Amino acid sequence: MIEGAIWRRWVFFYFPLTAFIVALLFPFYWMVITTIRPDSELYRPWNAPNYAPFWTWNPTLVHIKDLLTETLFSTWMLNTMIISLAATGISLFCGLLAGYALSRLKFPFAGSLGTMIFITYLVPQTLLFIPLADIIRNFHLGDTPWALILTYPTFLIPFCTWLMMGYFKSIPKELEECARIDGATRWKAMVYIIFPIAVPGILSAGIFAFTLSWNEFLYALVFLSSPEQKTVPVGVTSELIRGDVFYWGELMAGALLGSIPVAFVYSFFVEHYVASLTGSVKG
Amino acid sequence: MAQVVIRSLNKKFDEVHAVKDVNLDIRDKEFVVLVGPSGCGKTTTLRMVAGLESITSGRIMIDDKVINELPPMDRDIAMVFQNYALYPHMSVYDNMAFGLKMRKFDKPNIARRVQEAAEILGIQELLRRKPRQLSGGQRQRVALGRAIVRHPQVFLFDEPLSNLDAKLRVQMRVELKKLHDRLGTTAIYVTHDQVEAMTLGDRVVVMKDGYVQQVGEPLELYNEPANRFVAGFLGSPAMNFATVKVSQENGAVWAANAGMQIKAPAEFTNRLGRYVGQEITLGIRPEDLYVASAADPAELGFDVVVEVVERLGSEILLDVAVGTDTMVASVEPHVRANIHDRMRLALNPQRLHFFDMQSEAAI
Amino acid sequence: MTFTSVAAPSAYAGSPKRGPVTRLLEDERWLAILLLLPTLVLLGLFIAYPFFKGVELSVTDTKVGVPGQFVGLQNFEKIWNDSIFHVAVWNTCLYTFVTTVFKLVLGLWLALLLNNHFKGKAFTRAFILLPFIIPTVLSTLAWKWMFDPTFSVINWMLFQLGIIHARINWLGDPNLALISVMIVNVWRGVPFYAISLLAGLQTISPELHEAAAIDGARAWQRFRHVTWPLLLPVTLVIVLFSVIQTFADFQLVYVLTGGGPANATQLFATYAYQLGIGTGLLSEGATISLAIFPVLLLVVIVQLLYIRRVETL
Repeated sequence: MIEGAIWRRWVFFYFPLTAFIVALLFPFYWMVITTIRPDSELYRPWNAPNYAPFWTWNPTLVHIKDLLTETLFSTWMLNTMIISLAATGISLFCGLLAGYALSRLKFPFAGSLGTMIFITYLVPQTLLFIPLADIIRNFHLGDTPWALILTYPTFLIPFCTWLMMGYFKSIPKELEECARIDGATRWKAMVYIIFPIAVPGILSAGIFAFTLSWNEFLYALVFLSSPEQKTVPVGVTSELIRGDVFYWGELMAGALLGSIPVAFVYSFFVEHYVASLTGSVKG
Repeated sequence: MAQVVIRSLNKKFDEVHAVKDVNLDIRDKEFVVLVGPSGCGKTTTLRMVAGLESITSGRIMIDDKVINELPPMDRDIAMVFQNYALYPHMSVYDNMAFGLKMRKFDKPNIARRVQEAAEILGIQELLRRKPRQLSGGQRQRVALGRAIVRHPQVFLFDEPLSNLDAKLRVQMRVELKKLHDRLGTTAIYVTHDQVEAMTLGDRVVVMKDGYVQQVGEPLELYNEPANRFVAGFLGSPAMNFATVKVSQENGAVWAANAGMQIKAPAEFTNRLGRYVGQEITLGIRPEDLYVASAADPAELGFDVVVEVVERLGSEILLDVAVGTDTMVASVEPHVRANIHDRMRLALNPQRLHFFDMQSEAAI
Repeated sequence: MTFTSVAAPSAYAGSPKRGPVTRLLEDERWLAILLLLPTLVLLGLFIAYPFFKGVELSVTDTKVGVPGQFVGLQNFEKIWNDSIFHVAVWNTCLYTFVTTVFKLVLGLWLALLLNNHFKGKAFTRAFILLPFIIPTVLSTLAWKWMFDPTFSVINWMLFQLGIIHARINWLGDPNLALISVMIVNVWRGVPFYAISLLAGLQTISPELHEAAAIDGARAWQRFRHVTWPLLLPVTLVIVLFSVIQTFADFQLVYVLTGGGPANATQLFATYAYQLGIGTGLLSEGATISLAIFPVLLLVVIVQLLYIRRVETL
């Protein structure tokens, strides 16, 4: 606790903390409010006298209803869900195997390969998206979910590998040795002994990977063109604007609903999330 | 039948030559202890027998079959680790059953074997528990159970008692001995604790710096150490060493330094003959020193000044200054001694040891 | 033997016959190759291959639907003389530098605040991460709405507080646009910095602070001499990672301004998108993207050197 007079506590602690919290969370509050405000209240100029932004007496679900019935939003949600789950699955599979090899097996170039995989984690999508677009087209994967399911692992696998490596390193090697003496092959020791123990790590990696997939924008924007194929982030930003008119009610409803799956997953696994985030930093 | 034969075994880790030309013949049902300070190569040797380390050169044979190239799973051995290595996500039962499952035993046989092992070790009530719910001693037993359930040809132990507290360690030592009597399986046991080596081993192998220093029954090593290292390693408190100069007088050999002048018994005369005029190491164990009485011959005793008195109840340990050296004497509990006392100690001439200064071999 | 149960088959009469595949997988090296194969294939196909293709594109004059011919360094010359490119370079560097500084300072401050015990601490920590969890474009859309020239709630608040009388055109005013975008970037990045730095702070034993306090150090001195040096390693990792992400940022600007007004917020990534995807000038777009590479290389080298140094400590 902060030592000292009560006023110090208020000035140096509660006030700044509150300011931070308000600043960080206000946009979400705004999102929610906009979603449930009727159009008549939404479009008032900022200096009009009846501008009452922080609440509404006439909440409505019209925007949400319009979103779900008059746009392809539900399709986008389904697309994004499938793509995210598939990409996460692939990445976890690769990350588990690679992480195990790099942390528990001795072989030439182990160090260099590990470093290389770490480096690919740093490569931003904006460096590669143009040539990748070409490659995707050549493989005839353009405008299909596969374009994303196969490319998302490029930034998910390095992270999963890294996280799993950290996890595996904390498991004593005697466990595998004992399993091998007990009669297990290396493969069986890995699958029956090491992987079950690493389940919390797998969970953390999976959640983070799911979140990263859901949030990805650039590849989805570039590789998908028809409205039915789009993911939530791309669909909401491109399809909900007719001409030059922004339908803010529906837009905010889309933003809100589009965030829910990720927020949901997050809320159940906060500890795992924080662990993987800090784990990736403490390396 | 499970004899283990090790021939010319060597192991190099990059630059480090950890195991140097080890030869060992272990008979069926024998309990052999590899003992030595850390880094002496005992654990590496054990791991090569287990198949966890590759062999740089040499052969290991079980029952005349060379097993160098066999993976651990095909060697029919079981190992108990220092940290028990229990599978944390499995119950005690599954831990013990794992090896049998890997070898495709059917369920009823698994159940029968696990029960049997559990009874032998007294852990039947623990079968449903997870390792984290067990105490250190209980985990130790489960680790043992996991090993015996497979009826292996050879048991390997890697310092299994080091993680237990002193009292538990003594208890488990006794249990291990009883277990071996009962099961009769050949066993190789690694430890750095010389007490465990002396009490558990049918034969003891002392190692240092990758080499085997001496192999033999515990008392043989204790009474007739082959070199200074073995002499100083076994026995607690350790043997006293003093540098002495050899001289010859009237057909008898004398060893002397600033604090003492000892006449070597007749059987040493020949052996020490060629060291006349040179310096050698004299060794005498604390329990072979006692307070001199008037009847003790002068040439088998020396004067000392008491520096530290440790009264243990069953004995008294005296740290004494002999000339410029210090020695430890273990005397009867009724002896009166205080710091700064001057007294005279006598030694048992049958228990004298001498070692060459350069080679450190026993003379 | 006192065993009464089924006798084990004698092991040395017949060790189980192991097939060639099993024996191969027992070898550490072959098993490692097998385990790494899926990863290497995927990364090779979708990172290494595109990278080389990108380099290839940058030395040809490919457009969408028109295969290109080798043109040497023509593209690089073009962008070197391109005034919009100059603006993009300046914007990106400024954008990265300013936001990183603010994210670090604010993130550290928040981390220090969170490093105390107070009611609802766990709750707060969980909510703090929301800007980072929620899809960037979606929260950016909320900001776009908040910045709307006609309906901005921020303008309303400032108006109510008497700070302004005329509206602020956050995204339409060329002088303000970049600042607005930076605000959103900082908003989004502070939680990441805060939580990561908090984790770093928590590894510093409180005894060190107590010892310093007993030695007479005041709060600021304790921070400067105890906290900061111990926090440096974690900070370095976070900053390096954040720098490369920010330098290559696309989503924020795309949603908020698309690069305008009049290229006031044009960054490498948005300009590359505009040229390559928008106008179909693939080669020129790829060339711009490659401009990110030197910065990436620098970051990677620093990271590797730093890791090597830390590992030898």
